[in-house]
Amino acid sequence: MIEILAAVLTYVALAAAVWAAVLVVVGKPIQLREWHGLWLYGVVLLLEVGLLVQLVAGIVRLATADRQVDSLAYLGYLITALLIPPLAGFWALAERSRWGPAVMVVGCLTVPVLILRLGQVWDAHV
Amino acid sequence: MSDLAARTRSGPGRLLIAVYAIFALSATARSAVQLGTHFSRAPLAYLLSAFAAAVYVVATVCLTRGNRTSRRIATISILVELAGVLVVGTLSLVVPHVFPDATVWSDYGQGYGYIPAVLPLLGLWWLRSTR
Repeated sequence: MIEILAAVLTYVALAAAVWAAVLVVVGKPIQLREWHGLWLYGVVLLLEVGLLVQLVAGIVRLATADRQVDSLAYLGYLITALLIPPLAGFWALAERSRWGPAVMVVGCLTVPVLILRLGQVWDAHV
Repeated sequence: MSDLAARTRSGPGRLLIAVYAIFALSATARSAVQLGTHFSRAPLAYLLSAFAAAVYVVATVCLTRGNRTSRRIATISILVELAGVLVVGTLSLVVPHVFPDATVWSDYGQGYGYIPAVLPLLGLWWLRSTR
């Protein structure tokens, strides 16, 4: 179940990154009063909810694992991934130029990398 | 004074600080895990990781504050970062047995898409152009 979630979260994060990149290209700052800003933050909110579910599912998975896993590293990636979207969201919102959505591109691209590392930590033999 | 701070953290600076913050966050988390679980496996590499994390945190905070003093501290920490990635990058290639486990700066930051090598250059350029 958590593998499917990881794949879905990766696609949601990439979709948000692509949309943010479009805003960079057309030179729009993030405006929550406009549909394009609202949609971006809607997708990012969805991503954040998914990451929260992943955290809970990951903790359950760790607790019921039948072998040794580097659990501290696993938890570290789960929590770091959860922190990125809100931090990027607040930081990007204060910028009144296209560099605001550029922050969202970087933030949203970081999440799939962390999810990838999460899978590697789980698969690694300790 | 506040003009300088606003200039430092807006435009490209907004993105630069975001990338620094991501490195600060992930390097700190990674180093905490390394020091907490298997410090004895590669003490030098893990102490270097912790040092690198601290440098990223200082640079992030000082770039965000953006006043004259913190910009000076940011410049120093970015220079340390540049020296770190060059020295550790070279050492990790020449005497790899000294670093049995990777740090952010190993192989000039190859594991992180070479961003650790490019980031200090961008940081110094940004501090110069917003003077």
